[in-house]
Amino acid sequence: MKYEIRFSGSGGQGVITASVILGAAAALHDGKNVIQSQSYGPEARGGATKADVIISDAKIRYPKARHIDYLVSLTQKAAVKFIKTLKKGGVVIIDSDFVDLPDSPDHRIYRLPMTSSSIAKFNRTTTLNVIALGAFAEVAGLVSADAVKKAVLDNSPAGFEEMNIASLDMGRELARAAKKN
Amino acid sequence: MTTTAHTEEKILFTQGNIACAEGALYAGCNFFGGYPITPSTEVAEHMAEELPRRNGAFIQMEDEIASLGAVIGAALAGAKAMTATSGPGFSLMQELIGYACIAEVPCVIVNVMRGGPSTGLPTSPAQSDLLQAKWGTHGDHPTIALVPSSVEEMFTETVRAFNLSEYFRTPVIVLGDEIIGHMREKFRVPRSGEIEVIDRKVPDGDGICRLPYRADGKHPACLPNFGTSRFHVTGLNHDESGFPTMDPSIVQDSNARILDKVYHQRELIDKVDMRYCEDAEILFVSVGSAARAAEEVVEEYRRKGVKAGLFRPITLWPFPKKEFIPCAERAKTIVVPEMNLGQLRTVVERFARSEKILPVNLVSGEPLDPDFIVATIEKSKR
Repeated sequence: MKYEIRFSGSGGQGVITASVILGAAAALHDGKNVIQSQSYGPEARGGATKADVIISDAKIRYPKARHIDYLVSLTQKAAVKFIKTLKKGGVVIIDSDFVDLPDSPDHRIYRLPMTSSSIAKFNRTTTLNVIALGAFAEVAGLVSADAVKKAVLDNSPAGFEEMNIASLDMGRELARAAKKN
Repeated sequence: MTTTAHTEEKILFTQGNIACAEGALYAGCNFFGGYPITPSTEVAEHMAEELPRRNGAFIQMEDEIASLGAVIGAALAGAKAMTATSGPGFSLMQELIGYACIAEVPCVIVNVMRGGPSTGLPTSPAQSDLLQAKWGTHGDHPTIALVPSSVEEMFTETVRAFNLSEYFRTPVIVLGDEIIGHMREKFRVPRSGEIEVIDRKVPDGDGICRLPYRADGKHPACLPNFGTSRFHVTGLNHDESGFPTMDPSIVQDSNARILDKVYHQRELIDKVDMRYCEDAEILFVSVGSAARAAEEVVEEYRRKGVKAGLFRPITLWPFPKKEFIPCAERAKTIVVPEMNLGQLRTVVERFARSEKILPVNLVSGEPLDPDFIVATIEKSKR
């Protein structure tokens, strides 16, 4: 199977980092074929930036995402811009503290209060991208929990390992709660 | 100046530009001179980080002309030297590329292509310099240009670029593009020894060589290192001693020789990825990231029973005509997808009837995708 995942938000929120961690988890720890790419250019600072990950069991030829299965959006601007790229039956994960999209029969929306949960627990939002990554990992189940954890640790600066793992777990917890509804 | 050789195998999930830098280090590159430019900057960044740790040297110059000047100087002093740039910087380097050709200085020039002309589209992919790589510098000169289409090939082709450059004593160009340079894939850095690394031939004994341009049969001459030896280096036509000459027969022979040393040993240079070419009726000819879109289309066509094939020159210059001509003759249609307005097509036209050729050109700054190729083919049928 082949899946295309798009992380989107505003430049500086760490959406590229989230995509690189996901890519590394799937490629290095789960042994999948993976290509990660990102948009460069003026829009990469502020505005609506995106980073894509393609995960496949088979060889990936064309390296860019074409039919998005999972869209993660951390800003309204990015959500509105990239919802058009989501394929029918796709899944959207949004930070409901800042983003909303109308319900649609074409896709399922997970509205997760990422920012408020992060402030409540950590008193900051620096790891919002890791929370989003945890939420995605839980919703999609495409990458093993162990692989994601290892990749997060590989990419954590010294001293931030614990907070990143707690953020990953928080994202999973928010997704699990939303799944029940 | 020596570099610490790679010993351990590494598995990385990284960008093409980083893989390129790793390839250079694997090949023993110990000097980088450059001027950072999008979308090639990560090559310079990685070399700036790694070279000082390995007893190598990194220098950021004031512009791209000076960058290649520094690289040529370092190469003459015995270093394995490289630079990395993109279209605008590549334009500035052209004069010194010619200098390196006539002075027979081994060096590697990486051009991670972006949109042009001029400053064009700094952050967008293009294949705008396929012909500049061949004919950008004036005068008759040999050109070796390699076009990777994956992160792994950014590594292997950079190693090969150093090998060819050291063996032939000539500059070798690696043509990446923004997509291949910036995307991340998994690849394995091989243990040292797994891929052959070729070093230039140096004079025997005390290293002194009074005739640094006396070729050894069809092989290039030895290259003495400044520091152990000294010799005259010039961009003027010169004799075997390296000093300028206008002797017509010497000039005639030496101009021919720098081409012949490369083109008479094509077997050491040619490299093509051929998929289903043996029975392809619709043949795609494409390089770099565009070739990955073409390969996707070829697979889709094959699944539908259409006899499609892909001819992907990994060595673009010299163009692998020996391999190409039979494929071109068998094909009924030759599709040439490229992110420029027909540069590769001009070469294909030399070897195939133009009515067979269907160009697919995109210069919008967007990646050339499989749907665009299919749509262009469908449109041509109407």
